[in-house]
Amino acid sequence: MRQVIVETKDLTKTYDGFTAVDRLNLRIEEGEVFGFLGPNGAGKTTTILMLLGLTEPSSGTAQVCSHNPTRDPLKVKYLVGYLPEKVGFYEDLTAKQNLQYTAELNSLPKEISEERIANLLNTVGLSEVADQEVSKFSRGMKQRLGIADVWVKEPKLVFLDEPTTGIDPEGIEDILDLIASMAKKGITVIFCSHQLHLVQRVCTRVGIIAKGSLVAEGSIDLLGRQTMGGGKYRIQVEVAQLDPKLINSIQGVKGVIDVQSSGNSLLITCNEDLRSQIAKVIVDSDSLLVGMKIEEYSLETIYKKYFTEGQV
Amino acid sequence: MIAVFRKELADHLVSKRFFILFILVLLAAIFATYVATQTIRGAVSPTTEFVFLKIFTTSSEALPSFLFFLSLFIPIISIALGFDAINSERNSGNLSRLLSQPIYRDSVINGKFLAGLAILSIIIVSVIAIIAGLGLRIVGVPPGSEEVLRLIVFALVSIIYGAFWMALAVLFSVLFKSATTSMLASIGLWLFLFLFMSVIAGAIAGAWVPIDENSSVALIAEHYEISGAIGRISPATLYGEATSALLTPELGSFNPALMTISVLTGRMLTPLPFNQSLLLVWPQVVGMIALAAICFAVSYIRFMREEIRAI
Repeated sequence: MRQVIVETKDLTKTYDGFTAVDRLNLRIEEGEVFGFLGPNGAGKTTTILMLLGLTEPSSGTAQVCSHNPTRDPLKVKYLVGYLPEKVGFYEDLTAKQNLQYTAELNSLPKEISEERIANLLNTVGLSEVADQEVSKFSRGMKQRLGIADVWVKEPKLVFLDEPTTGIDPEGIEDILDLIASMAKKGITVIFCSHQLHLVQRVCTRVGIIAKGSLVAEGSIDLLGRQTMGGGKYRIQVEVAQLDPKLINSIQGVKGVIDVQSSGNSLLITCNEDLRSQIAKVIVDSDSLLVGMKIEEYSLETIYKKYFTEGQV
Repeated sequence: MIAVFRKELADHLVSKRFFILFILVLLAAIFATYVATQTIRGAVSPTTEFVFLKIFTTSSEALPSFLFFLSLFIPIISIALGFDAINSERNSGNLSRLLSQPIYRDSVINGKFLAGLAILSIIIVSVIAIIAGLGLRIVGVPPGSEEVLRLIVFALVSIIYGAFWMALAVLFSVLFKSATTSMLASIGLWLFLFLFMSVIAGAIAGAWVPIDENSSVALIAEHYEISGAIGRISPATLYGEATSALLTPELGSFNPALMTISVLTGRMLTPLPFNQSLLLVWPQVVGMIALAAICFAVSYIRFMREEIRAI
């Protein structure tokens, strides 16, 4: 089993009587790209601030990289990078100088940091403007610089708080690519967003937070099956000519629960992914298989389900 | 902390703010020296001691002395260097990024305060050195060792006075979210203390111990004792007293009534030795250090306890 990098137990934060985070239990393993979802004000940023030791929890505990962020904030901050939602840089310093300052604050020796910064600026595609003042940068460029900034300390874990807000589609692509390359380098990424299609593209697992507590957690696939199909797989099959006998033989396949037909297509509900078995049955019955696909769950539908049906 | 200090210092040194302040102070210094060299010949007689110090304190009808300029500029420089220390970081979105780095939170405030103080010291020391140089050339009287000592202590006291205003400005930059508000608050408080404190002190003393031309010397002395005590709430008064005692060795007391007696009895002509002057200004200096420490402590506590919140 992989190492647990973030673990919270009943983490709670109240601000003047308002509960921002309510007994949150979170468990994130090393190497994951975890999507942290929820509407504005659900408590995502507050959770991050507590995990970084910037805010003290009202009750409950947190462990980040096997340190307690409330008691040992410095140790956590050496290992964890944080890209705030409204990230800012020193406008009259160049991109390189800004990163150099971060490196100094992390007590990196100059020989190491200079090379690392040059590489990082190259990775985020800013090496040509490395010596330009940040005040001339676009929002997307600043955001990419922000990613380089959290990367300078070579963290084990990074928190990216809404890194794609207010950026054009091309810029968003760049940022998603960067997140993917961070993950490839073995950095655990916690990606906060409410742009669900983006989260779906890069995250291995998601957690949905509403009113301060976690309402759902797991891989997108699993969450989809739980919420939409009651934990079942649904397979759509299209054949050239539907033979009623085929329905019977498919129902005979072990694990198939239900078969519904409409026109030339069938909707098969089953306990597990039985695509190959079903395909074999169809081919054996001499019907012509036109298409087959397993129903995928979009995060959007899952998310909507949580926030419209339950009104959590 | 050294990283923060270095960066802030470098930022200040290339900033337009520093350039403007330096030019301003330099011009004032040159004007004041010019005035002093023009009027100094009338002010001194062959028996006058401490001619060199007179360059700093001599004024004419048209222009005040360098000492007056400096007492005006130190608060302005300090406030200008400190008023947006913390809230500009917050407003530019740098604060949460900065605080998520592995540094103690107090390093941010310490580094910024020390960098500002270093800049202030550079300005004060270099201006005093420039004036001393100019004076040396124009007046042609070299300073005695005691004069040099007095000037060094004068520079130190000026830096301490600046430290108070900078601590105050940093405090306001922690308390107020907007840089404009914190600047106005600092400048407002300075104007109040600088302009109105002596008026208020005089009014209170007048109500307590009313005096007129027929009052006895003891009564007049008591009146000034009270107004002086109230006036000393203001660090501007403390600085004014401390520096005039340092640069005018003849000053034996801060009570104008007692000084009048001294003049009448001829004591005024004998300057105090250096260590006596130092003893005289010691309470003032301690007062300024204490005020600066209070401001600094409050901003420290506020900043350390402040939670970074999600909005």
